[in-house]
Amino acid sequence: MGRVLLSGNEAVAQGAWEAGATVGVGYPGTPSTQALEHFATLPGVHAEWAPNEKVALEVAAGASFAGARSLVTMKHVGLNVAADPLFTIAYTGVRGGLVIFVADDPGMHSSQNEQDSHNYAAFARVPMLDPSDSAEALAFTKRAFEISEQFDVPVLVRSVVRLSHAKSLVETGARIDPPPVGPLKPDPAKWVMMPAMARCRRADLDTRMEKLSAFAATTDLNRAEYRDAALGVVCSGVCYQHVREALPDASVLKLGLTFPLSVDLIDQFASRVDRLIVVEEADAYLERSLRALGVQVSPSGLPVAGEITPGAIRSAMGLPAPVLREKDHTLPPRPPLMCPGCPHRPVFHALRKIKAVVTGDIGCYTLGALKPLAAMDTCVCMGASVGMAHGAELAGGVDGRPIIGVIGDSTFAHSGITGLLNTVYNGGGGTIAILDNRITAMTGHQGNPVDGITLQGRTVRELDLEALCRTLGVTRVRTVDPHDLSATENALREETSVEDLSVLIFRAPCALLVKDKGSPYAVDEDACTACGACIRLGCPAIGKDERTGKATIDVALCVGCSQCVQVCRFDAIVHTGPACDLGEV
Amino acid sequence: MSATTVMLCGVGGQGTILAADLLAKVAAASGLEVKLSEVHGMAQRGGSVDTVVRFGDEVHSPVTDPGCVDHLVAFEIIEAMRRIHFVKPDGRLLVNNRTIQPLPVLTGDVAPQHGLEAALEAEGAIFVDAEVLACRAGSPKSANVVLMGALSTGLPFEVSTWTRIIAARVPPKTVESNLRAFELGREACMKGECGL
Repeated sequence: MGRVLLSGNEAVAQGAWEAGATVGVGYPGTPSTQALEHFATLPGVHAEWAPNEKVALEVAAGASFAGARSLVTMKHVGLNVAADPLFTIAYTGVRGGLVIFVADDPGMHSSQNEQDSHNYAAFARVPMLDPSDSAEALAFTKRAFEISEQFDVPVLVRSVVRLSHAKSLVETGARIDPPPVGPLKPDPAKWVMMPAMARCRRADLDTRMEKLSAFAATTDLNRAEYRDAALGVVCSGVCYQHVREALPDASVLKLGLTFPLSVDLIDQFASRVDRLIVVEEADAYLERSLRALGVQVSPSGLPVAGEITPGAIRSAMGLPAPVLREKDHTLPPRPPLMCPGCPHRPVFHALRKIKAVVTGDIGCYTLGALKPLAAMDTCVCMGASVGMAHGAELAGGVDGRPIIGVIGDSTFAHSGITGLLNTVYNGGGGTIAILDNRITAMTGHQGNPVDGITLQGRTVRELDLEALCRTLGVTRVRTVDPHDLSATENALREETSVEDLSVLIFRAPCALLVKDKGSPYAVDEDACTACGACIRLGCPAIGKDERTGKATIDVALCVGCSQCVQVCRFDAIVHTGPACDLGEV
Repeated sequence: MSATTVMLCGVGGQGTILAADLLAKVAAASGLEVKLSEVHGMAQRGGSVDTVVRFGDEVHSPVTDPGCVDHLVAFEIIEAMRRIHFVKPDGRLLVNNRTIQPLPVLTGDVAPQHGLEAALEAEGAIFVDAEVLACRAGSPKSANVVLMGALSTGLPFEVSTWTRIIAARVPPKTVESNLRAFELGREACMKGECGL
């Protein structure tokens, strides 16, 4: 206890723990991941990764039904996956408090789209809390559990990158014993959503929403701050902090509860300011809602897409910009790239060589779309690679080129299995490559059913991918070590030359998991012909001498994986000693 | 004090997040409000990254804008130049004397940029040989802590606070080399040795 520096994610976990939550379930996704990871480290809780967000919410709903306070965590696109149970759990309501933490990614730092989860709150009719810093993330999460039980609803707590991955000081407190929910009695009218019961619960949900709207008018989660009456700003979450920074004199209506809204509260604020604007990012949820309530909203002039900053607000308000040093527009871009020794690299290297049409998926391997590998044609959502490969085949293929769906281990467990089942069921062909690097890598190394690593270190059996694919009905299932470049290329050529559906499992651990690095390689300058074959692997450790055009290897980055040795036709890449012996770093 | 804004930038994997965490903890331990903002995920895989730390008596936004940074600590020369317009005209510019060519340059898709050191020097950059000093301290991976040592000479925090926070935050086996790295970064800046 005391004042500590916590990220928004950690603060949500701490808040759930202080509220007495005993169950936490989620699926990793930037920027939400550390919430459940942190929750799992706190005493007296059961925390686990589910294969996907739908399952996570269903597990938490079961825990709530049985009386436990439970936390579910996911990123914004995960809420799409969990939307099915969400809409109906809004009807059933809860027993133990049920809080769904969802982290949006305005600006798409690490996401395939930019959606505003406020819309889900309004769509499913589930209250949403919007904390603006870590201290509120903790406090609001605690309140969310109380609101959930008081109004018999699941509650959404929304975050964004600048809350989840921002740190600020937080006063932590003790864990409480939540009020008992009483013994579980059969109650099909509440819990069995057949049409007759669901119709009643639908009406009941409207009643619960009316009560919540009344609550919204008086709760201290919402706060009007009256300063200069010339401008009033309605905002929520981190946008509140940007507004306070940019417009210190403006009056502000800070909404902590962004669904449902109280028309009385907003009318009262609007009546006390000359001009009212809304500041929000990635969508115009609040502005649309206010207009629908009949509130006069002036245009803010802010862009709808992307993240906003204090500077963007000042600029939209026509305030003077700071004096700037001249920006250098000629710098080379620095896209992210696969790590040295990454087992995904040889697969994309081979896919490029065989001129495959590649339907891709979500994970580190999406980087295979970038130059110089440039061997991925699509990336849509978790699991889409499998279905899209089948769809491309149904359309008659693409210029007779092999069609390959590429998906990671965790993504396959998340949403790839049903896609594969569909291809088998409908007699499809093609090849699916499962890149099994033994971990959910992109989000920072979380366990998953394929590697059998659990969030709290329980010993479980790992999924037998080969047996699963055969059981689904795939007859051609092969396992390949991707670090063997010729075996990788041969397997891809062979499997794409037959009509039958095949699954290739490329299995090698994520390079960041390999503790014993091989000794680094170096380039024999006399043997190197500057052909560029190794550079086209796109390894960060391999550079090019500007003068000679010959390859160079950064011994500090090289992990000795030998992928470049295998593409060199001149035996110009040779072993050297460890980094410190060379006196270089 | 009004809020001070420090931006740390570099290439994903260079240790900017740990360095920012040290700075934020030092500011908090010195009794100030502090906010830190970073980006995880895709960008961390060798991409261009930055982390912002803001501290003072009152801090609202965790992010910053062009023309608003008091101290830029760049772990790499190209990334320093990429953020130059964020630094206030009278802001401080500390640059690790290291260039990591981005992949588009290595593959020949984009021409390399020359003369960045001179351009940064003209902007008032102070260069630090962080990797060399880190090796001298006994740990090539402590370049980020060398840079925090250099940064510390321009911030109002006690050295004892820094050393206490560093000792508590880095792996136990590396406490000594990291404290030495901090000291070397600090000394280099104070003696003016870190200029080119």
